[in-house]
Amino acid sequence: MTFLEWIYLPAIAKGMFITIKHFFRKKTTINYPEETREFSKVYRGLHVLKRDDQGRERCTACGLCAVACPAEAITMIAAERNPDEKHLYREEKYAEVYEINMLRCIFCGDCEEACPKEAIFLTDRLVPSNYERLPFIYGKDKLVEPLDPALRIDVSARQTENLLKFKKNKQFAHNR
Amino acid sequence: MYIYKTIFLFIILLVTLLVAMYSTYGERKVAAFMQDRLGPNRAGIFGLLQPIADGIKMFMKEEIIPLSANKKMFILGPSIAMTTALLTGVVIPWGGTLTIFGHEFPMQIADLNIGILYVFAMVSIGVYGIMLGGWASNNKYALLGSIRAASQMISYELAMGMSIIALILTTGTLSLHEIVDQQQGMHWNIFYQPLGFLIFIICAFAETNRAPFDLPECETELIGGYHTEYSSMKLGFYLFAEYVNMFISSAVIVTLYFGGYHMPIIDHLGLSGNVATLLGTFFFFIKVFFMIFLFMWVRWTLPRFRYDQLMNLGWKGLMPLAIFNILATGVFYYFTELT
Repeated sequence: MTFLEWIYLPAIAKGMFITIKHFFRKKTTINYPEETREFSKVYRGLHVLKRDDQGRERCTACGLCAVACPAEAITMIAAERNPDEKHLYREEKYAEVYEINMLRCIFCGDCEEACPKEAIFLTDRLVPSNYERLPFIYGKDKLVEPLDPALRIDVSARQTENLLKFKKNKQFAHNR
Repeated sequence: MYIYKTIFLFIILLVTLLVAMYSTYGERKVAAFMQDRLGPNRAGIFGLLQPIADGIKMFMKEEIIPLSANKKMFILGPSIAMTTALLTGVVIPWGGTLTIFGHEFPMQIADLNIGILYVFAMVSIGVYGIMLGGWASNNKYALLGSIRAASQMISYELAMGMSIIALILTTGTLSLHEIVDQQQGMHWNIFYQPLGFLIFIICAFAETNRAPFDLPECETELIGGYHTEYSSMKLGFYLFAEYVNMFISSAVIVTLYFGGYHMPIIDHLGLSGNVATLLGTFFFFIKVFFMIFLFMWVRWTLPRFRYDQLMNLGWKGLMPLAIFNILATGVFYYFTELT
């Protein structure tokens, strides 16, 4: 141990220099509710059930998303469309109940890949926190996008060419 | 005059409490900034209401006195710690003399001719608060903490006193007011007593129980040390007393070594009476805040000393240095003042 090491003061000065350097450094914190981190374009967050351009629900309750779901988070009950409901549902069969358990969901995106009707998509929205478990089961009231064209949820970032090509590919069971 | 003193006493009390209150906020901010974080910023703008929220929280907590504790001593502990911490502010010269309607109002409550000794007496009694509280809790961790506090006080009080003896050799007075007035211009004592200052500030860290010498509380080994069993505002008093002590220590260091309320710039501006006095007080607080910042800066840089290292440094490091400092100062003045 040299004399300078023994008196310990140069080491203290060095350490204090480091801390003061950090004191003036730019902070990396993002103040969440006021500012948000920019998501990646294909971020997988809260799901949406899309309507088509005439405002009809696209989902036909085929159940492929529920089959594809590795976490078994999706449940649905199908119902037959009445003749006077043509403006509400695009297909003859529709989902009367469509529920996703957000505590089970792992946001893998398999449901949107499985969907033959381009009805379900994952968006860049977050699932808000809650004190209870029950509100995490999202029904159609929270999943289906609003009718008003101004409030529609944009999923164009996720409708990539690859995805569309994949959906049209006849070698997959759902398009046969 | 008594009315003025009472009012001024009250102001000093409030200022001390306010500064201590915002030191807790400052501490958290400084810690956060040094760790690349933002620190508390939710309560009020920049989190400025955080200390008030903390205070309310402390009052709302359940008050617990352990069954096996010595109840009187248990309550006496934090009371002593807080009272002595606040008492020290009495002798510190906060500024020059204000002249209002022909009356002179000195900005110091009591200009004792043994001001320094009074400060030391009060600071040492403050440790009794920690010792009593730790012992009365009837808890082994608290007892260990208070034993450490006591032994730490004994080892560092000596070196601190000796560094002050060297300072008194240069100033020739014990009155804080006169010591400050001698430092007018750039004749700050730190330039005459650099070694003494170093010893003094190290001992001040130890006396206020702050890192790297915060062995009495020492979360990693002793849970909370002497305040393990304390809750609610009694705990608040202990924590608060530490910050009051830090403020008072900074004020004492500034008074003794950094020219108190004197700043060369003020003399050059050629301002008259009251304005110059108030500006002096302003500069006094600037210096004090810098010292408080230094306290925090050191705390968030250095890790805690081990107990044996602490004793080694106190007895084998600082004591001989302080004695050498006295000798060197004495010899210097013996030969220079003879001619």
